[in-house]
Amino acid sequence: MPLPKLLNRPAPTTTQQSPNPVEAATEAGLTVVDWIDERTQISQGLRWMMFRKVPKGINWAYTLGSATMFAFLSQAVTGVFLAMYYRPSVTGGAYESIRNINDNVFLGQFVHGMHKWGASVMIILIFLHMARVFFFGAYKYPRELTWIIGVVLLILTLAMGFTGYLLPFDQRSYWATIVGVNINNTAPFLGPYIGDFLRGGPEFGATTLSRFYAIHMMLIPGLMAALIGFHLYLIMKLGISAPPWLKAHEPEPVIETVEV
Amino acid sequence: MNQAEKEQYLREYSLLKNEGKPFFPYAVAKDSIMAVIVMATIMLLSLLFGAELGPKVNPTTTTYVPRPDWYFFFLFEILRVMRNVPKFTPMATIGIPTLCMIGLFLLPLYDRGPERLITRRPIALASGLATIACIAFLTYSGANTGSPNSVSLPAPPGLTAAQRATFYAGEIVVGESGCEGCHEIGSNGNNGPGPPLTHIGAKRAAAAIASTLKNPTAPMPSFANLAKTSPKKFAALVSFLSDLQ
Repeated sequence: MPLPKLLNRPAPTTTQQSPNPVEAATEAGLTVVDWIDERTQISQGLRWMMFRKVPKGINWAYTLGSATMFAFLSQAVTGVFLAMYYRPSVTGGAYESIRNINDNVFLGQFVHGMHKWGASVMIILIFLHMARVFFFGAYKYPRELTWIIGVVLLILTLAMGFTGYLLPFDQRSYWATIVGVNINNTAPFLGPYIGDFLRGGPEFGATTLSRFYAIHMMLIPGLMAALIGFHLYLIMKLGISAPPWLKAHEPEPVIETVEV
Repeated sequence: MNQAEKEQYLREYSLLKNEGKPFFPYAVAKDSIMAVIVMATIMLLSLLFGAELGPKVNPTTTTYVPRPDWYFFFLFEILRVMRNVPKFTPMATIGIPTLCMIGLFLLPLYDRGPERLITRRPIALASGLATIACIAFLTYSGANTGSPNSVSLPAPPGLTAAQRATFYAGEIVVGESGCEGCHEIGSNGNNGPGPPLTHIGAKRAAAAIASTLKNPTAPMPSFANLAKTSPKKFAALVSFLSDLQ
């Protein structure tokens, strides 16, 4: 398998002094890479990951999963910038800080818009990805666990949409969240407990907003990042599923029996 | 899948994999192009539609119509359709989505056939398409639902033009006042906790309706304030309700 030239360089010899500063810098860089690799032995794994083969017939439908992940990364990055200006406080905080982001902060409304619309894009992509896996039968042996983790990621993504909807704290988000929490409240057995947990008490108040904020920006994203990592590990370990309409050509037997 | 089918699959897969191309650069290139498209789409949506902020929250209002984001419209629609059957509402709002999620979650555990080609999996094809059709239909009708604060009753026959105008003016006051949070009026509103008002005019005289509006039984809010500040609206409200024969 072909390797980039950089990785195939012979080890630097200590006796040879390079007069050129550019070469010296390159050598230094390679020494750092070698130093890290000697301790982590990461290059072997990276090489395996990048140069592993993907089966024949992979098409554009197979990019939907990584596209969903990019939407998640975009949500994470824009979310960090929004968190720099957002104040999860009911009394003179939340709504005003979003107003400030929209009206005063440089590119504020653009980033806020990216976060808002990125959620929709991510939901569409996650459903398209799921449809691809379903119709290609890619959830079958040996990839059952990958599917199950994917469904958990779908539920968590919807939970992100639900908890994020409250944060701007305008009329729409407030009343939609009241309805949403009340719906959860009607669930059998666990309902009232879920309602109390989400509200942070029997009443919808100041704790509710900070609770939704913590769930939205720490609890669920952490879980999602870990599960995405596990999802990707399984994909690499098991290999990307081949399109179901392709049949492998059985290799011709090398030794043929000869009648004597 | 039995053991032989599993081994057969793994053998075929390893052959297909050997005929394939390395992940880098072939798959990486496609994924990168797709990532650029995704980012461009998000940025374009943000530039086109922005992130407008509605009016500031007011927990005391009773007339605001809550709407979720579009991807919850299908749940919202189930809730709307089922709200007049209180016995089944929890089942519809929690039961159906939970059952669907469990079905989705356990899919690889109950669908264990070795066949992967969708044209040879008729049950999977039918249920997959049916699910997509259901969600699409519910999302569409959820998106096109009118405000639950409006009344869509035609004026009863035999009214003069002026009476009809008062009837429709009263309809608007009913919508503004959020009566339908607790009362059913025709095909609109919630059945309970208040009594249905569809035929209230046949049961109570206009004077009785007016006095109930001013001195209601708790938890219904009093409309005495409305009668003081805008008697015209209050009169329209009373006349509308007494026309509901």
